[in-house]
Amino acid sequence: MKYAVYCALILLGFLGVSTLGGINEYVFFAGFVILQFVILATAWNILGGYAGYVNFGVPAFIAVGAYTAVVLFKSMSAPLLVQILGGGILAGALGLGVGLLTLKLRGIFFSIATVAVVFILETVVNNWRYVGGATGLQLTRPQDLWFFDSYARMLFFVMAVLAVLSVTIARYIQDSFLGRGLRAVRDSEEAAECSGVPTLKIKLIACTISGALMGIAGAPMPMYLSYIEPTSTFNLSYSISALGMPIIGGTSHWIGPVIGALLLATLQQIVTVTVSNELNVLVVGVLLVLFVVIAPDGILGLIKKWKQSSK
Amino acid sequence: MFSVDLIFEAVLFGILLGCFYAAVSLGLSVAFGLLDVPYVAHPALLILGSYFTFVLSQTGIDPIVCGVLLMPVFFLIGIGFYRFYYETFEKRSSDTGVRGLAFFFGMSFIIEVCLILVFGVDQRTVVASYIGSSLEIGEYRFPYRMLVAFGIALALTVALTLYFSKTFNGRAIKAVGQDEGALRLMGANPVKIKQLAFGIATAVNALAGAMLIIVGPVEPAMDRIYIGRTFCVVVLAGLGSMSGTLVAGLVLGIAESIVMMTFGASWAPAVSFGLLLLMLGVRPQGLFGR
Repeated sequence: MKYAVYCALILLGFLGVSTLGGINEYVFFAGFVILQFVILATAWNILGGYAGYVNFGVPAFIAVGAYTAVVLFKSMSAPLLVQILGGGILAGALGLGVGLLTLKLRGIFFSIATVAVVFILETVVNNWRYVGGATGLQLTRPQDLWFFDSYARMLFFVMAVLAVLSVTIARYIQDSFLGRGLRAVRDSEEAAECSGVPTLKIKLIACTISGALMGIAGAPMPMYLSYIEPTSTFNLSYSISALGMPIIGGTSHWIGPVIGALLLATLQQIVTVTVSNELNVLVVGVLLVLFVVIAPDGILGLIKKWKQSSK
Repeated sequence: MFSVDLIFEAVLFGILLGCFYAAVSLGLSVAFGLLDVPYVAHPALLILGSYFTFVLSQTGIDPIVCGVLLMPVFFLIGIGFYRFYYETFEKRSSDTGVRGLAFFFGMSFIIEVCLILVFGVDQRTVVASYIGSSLEIGEYRFPYRMLVAFGIALALTVALTLYFSKTFNGRAIKAVGQDEGALRLMGANPVKIKQLAFGIATAVNALAGAMLIIVGPVEPAMDRIYIGRTFCVVVLAGLGSMSGTLVAGLVLGIAESIVMMTFGASWAPAVSFGLLLLMLGVRPQGLFGR
């Protein structure tokens, strides 16, 4: 109950900020990206953190979301919410498909297969004229702004709602049958299977949900940029961020990816603006390696240790 | 479009390309195939090898010689990598899967970005007498650079196959891949042997990297596509088989070359990843696995 109140307060806060005048538009552009990473990190953690299956193919799911939105928009000028829903459904289906193909195998094969999906889909999109092929496609945003002053503000609020929704789903999964089963899979798949956990089934469910949430995070992108192009959409840098944030934040609890994403994505925005785009990938990479080696339980683990020692 | 002549030419080119793919995958075949370490940083080290070759060759040394000169350096890098991996992950043996993968994935991005920061995103090439000209037999033309790569690839594969089957250390590496516990009971130290294997795997990468920049221009982000090619070859070969690696490389090379000739170059990247996905779905133990 307390959680629901917090969520409502947070959303009200976001609504307030996005309708308030006098704030630089850039804040909403940057905020959109940060919230997007909150969703991506949370979604990655459902499979990667709870079950220990590492998804390297995050951009594939983002791109399925984004390109579904483009097709829906171009063919029937579907409204934003329909685009998001469609993107989520198709990305979820992709998750299920990849899962069916490789989740029976060891973790590394799943990871490699997800990289494969990125490149195969990128090649397909590169050769697909309707969505602009390799050169990309310019999109004209509709004038429908609900009651917001600008499109960036509206998308920022939509992303906030989606982020809260994703975190709520992840939080629910953590304490449900699914979450307990996934943790059992992570600790020992054989033992879990022997104790009657339907391991393949719950892995497939987790993979589908995780994929769908990534698709949802990607679906508003074409409208956000009013442009879509394969090279940046299928960029593997998304993977390093989406897996780095939960691992740095702490994978054992739903709040870990949120902390990791908020800190790192904000840092990335600052680095991108002040230094360069390459350097922000380097920042995540270096932090990821440092955390994995020195503090394997992430920021959450550090807090726990600090609390214990101060008692 | 599907004339016999064209297909024949595609197959010929595919064979050259395939041997090259086998050579760049040999290191991964040892590290991942035999030792079961999720060495996702392998392609990034390959590109690193190419760039080191590029820098060395600026002094006028032949790129192949550069590759050979770099091998001891890469041997040490490989030993360092494994030592570190062992101390931080294998020894603690807690949840190695996720952290090991994340570690190597992170490392490959660090290598890539450092290359971008130092050299920029431009493509780099090397100069040698055999780059640019071709051998003409009848109506077919074979670029010398492909023939050179073909020769090195064959030599490397034969050398490694012999090493693993004839020498004491080579057999020990194979043994540690099969049953680490048994090796420990025999009084051998599996960590030392794995370290040696990792050194060899990475040293091979130096020469493979030199070949890569001989065959064509290299850019920092190229490691991403080679994740597909190298893992495809290793999975296709059945984990850890050296001669299997050569055959798998040929399969990939020929498939890619035929697709390139029939559907166009823009479809080429999908071949290795598609083949990889197909193998994982249908026959994950590889063509020659049991």
